[in-house]
Amino acid sequence: MSVDTRGSLLRIATAGSVDDGKSTLVGRLLHDTKNILVDQLEAIERVSQARGLDSADLALLTDGLRAEREQGITIDVAYRYFATPARNFILADCPGHVQYTRNTVTGASTADALIILVDVEHGIVEQTRRHLAVAALLGVPHLIVALNKIDLVPDAEQRFAQLNSDLHELADQFGVLALQTIPISALRGDNVAEKSPNTPWYEGPSLLEWLETLPDSAELTQSERFAFPVQTVLRPQSAAVDPELVDYRGYAGQIAAGTVRVGGTVTVQPAGRQTTVEGIDLAGQPLEVAVAGQSVTLRLSDQIDITRGDLISGVDTGAEPSQSVEAVVCWLDEKPLHEGQRVLLKHTTRVVRGIVGSIDGRLNLDSLSAESVDSFGLNDIGRITVRVAEPIFGTGYTQSHALGSFLLIDPQTGRTQAAGMIQDDSVETPGVLGSLKAEHGDWRI
Amino acid sequence: MTTTATSTVTSASNSSALTQLQRLEAESMHIFRETASEGERPVLLFSGGKDSVVMLHLAAKAFWPCPIPFPVLHVDTGHNFPEVLDFRNRTAERLKVRLEVASVQDYIDDGRLSERPDGTRNPLQTVPLLDAITDGRHDVVYGGARRDEEKARAKERIISLRDEFGQWNPRDQRPELWSLYNTRHRPGEHVRVFPLSNWTELDIWRYIAAENIELPPLYYAHERDVILRDGMLLAVGEYVTPRDGEDIERRTVRYRTVGDMSCTGAVESPAANAEDVLAEVATSTLTERGATRADDRMSEAAMEDRKREGYF
Repeated sequence: MSVDTRGSLLRIATAGSVDDGKSTLVGRLLHDTKNILVDQLEAIERVSQARGLDSADLALLTDGLRAEREQGITIDVAYRYFATPARNFILADCPGHVQYTRNTVTGASTADALIILVDVEHGIVEQTRRHLAVAALLGVPHLIVALNKIDLVPDAEQRFAQLNSDLHELADQFGVLALQTIPISALRGDNVAEKSPNTPWYEGPSLLEWLETLPDSAELTQSERFAFPVQTVLRPQSAAVDPELVDYRGYAGQIAAGTVRVGGTVTVQPAGRQTTVEGIDLAGQPLEVAVAGQSVTLRLSDQIDITRGDLISGVDTGAEPSQSVEAVVCWLDEKPLHEGQRVLLKHTTRVVRGIVGSIDGRLNLDSLSAESVDSFGLNDIGRITVRVAEPIFGTGYTQSHALGSFLLIDPQTGRTQAAGMIQDDSVETPGVLGSLKAEHGDWRI
Repeated sequence: MTTTATSTVTSASNSSALTQLQRLEAESMHIFRETASEGERPVLLFSGGKDSVVMLHLAAKAFWPCPIPFPVLHVDTGHNFPEVLDFRNRTAERLKVRLEVASVQDYIDDGRLSERPDGTRNPLQTVPLLDAITDGRHDVVYGGARRDEEKARAKERIISLRDEFGQWNPRDQRPELWSLYNTRHRPGEHVRVFPLSNWTELDIWRYIAAENIELPPLYYAHERDVILRDGMLLAVGEYVTPRDGEDIERRTVRYRTVGDMSCTGAVESPAANAEDVLAEVATSTLTERGATRADDRMSEAAMEDRKREGYF
């Protein structure tokens, strides 16, 4: 295993239907990049033999729970870590059953790239459409459809061409910007790590080659406008601390977007005040500049009342206070959503009480149109309006994932009920998010 | 907490692309600040092992210049390496954190727990751990588990809800979206928080080297009397004595993990510092637990079963 210490990190997620061979693909990726150690391989060889299999079942590498091995299915997101000389990867392997779609949403929310598996014998199924919708909704920067089991169909070239064309058409409808289709055999390893001689008609890259060359989305966030939700205020008042730091007052957080410099002008919300950045500290080390992704502590020139949940931002971030949040949500709870329901809304580091004001429509994945409903069930995707007790400072999700995303939490059980993406209808947004826009009381897609 | 100016993790921070270690460090600090702010009575599980040492280092960084705003808890099996206990005490003193100790030995002495036939005490830690969490009314419990360690751990969320029996239900985990963490729980429940979820063993060693973090000395090469048992090199001492046919040998060894003396194996190694270890880990063909932990070899689901019951 060779790893570049300074190498970039790509976060990927996989999604597919049951028996598409997702766990096998993940096992194959780990195996062919030599990220499986001897004892792990021996363990799965032992189990495979005990089950009467001819060769090691690579899916056993990721199916970590007893029930998963017993049922031969994947139940929960498994995180895998592997590296190639070119790059380090964090892979979220998301299960295929419809009832586990929430796990795909989970994996996709942090992914730089999403790999959707399609079994070429079955073609595009409802789960494929659902996963494409999720990828579009969550704005995953890169989408790959791996057309698996290409070795099992007699007319592989034609089959690939047809599915490739159908998938691109579907992706266009959803507004997916970048789609790459790759014919693979996870079982045999065709086009997984290396280009396969078995598919001479395919001219594109292998899956791994593609993943190694994708741009990392972290740097895109750095070009956004500066946003810094305050996590906690650090004021050392105890005698144990260095006397020089008695007057220290710093605002700790992780930079959600953009860049901050010492001397820069910032706005503080909800105080509505402007001030300048006096210092940036990373655990005692002063910095001149800090960028999106870094956890730092800011010191400001003026004494302003700032607490957890407040937002320090560039003067032009465009985060406006709002007590009525219009959003597309993926409903993730078995308990359905109704109008009038009380929720907690967690946006950046701020948790506020809310009431679901209206359910404005649900996305029908077959017709790709909005339909009118009274409630959302598990896995439904649709648009709602939430009224909140205190203002939040957000932007549309397409402008900033950090300031446009939120959770709905059940105040009674504490369960996470929904992933929410704020809609800003004043901005033209491509794809599904933009299409789910209310027009004359109707929804168009 | 002192931060040295030679810290290579942070010194590269003026370039716009963050390194893998910078991203991991920032994520862990974010997790600490988020969960400590939302929790009432957090506690950090500290064994003196390298992962918990790194975790404590990150906590100190997250809250600098304030002291770490929660105590640390050690579940002492009674079979710990003395040099690790010494290190534990010194570290708590240096960082000015309160050290709580839950003692498996006390439970055995008064009959609440009984010794297992195989003498292994790791599975016995669960009851004292859960009692300490309940008695301390801790609602946020930090653990140093990494997802790359083991298959059941790979399924764990960063924030993991435990019911009042301390049980983990892997089939009913909360979706974890973006970096928005949900620590809500009902009275009696608590959340386990794993700030090192996304770190690999290699990342941990790179970070130890880059940040110059002190570890218990047994992580580095030293001479020790050992016996070979079940394919593992065990330290001869109070808890491990040679059985028939086992010979005591003096070898140059180090430990890849730190646990019970009775079931944690050493590896032969000349690696004398973090850089040496890093080079060794990068070329190792065995996982750290596969190489040195008898307790994980018990069954295919050994870790899952212990986790369901409330283990670390």
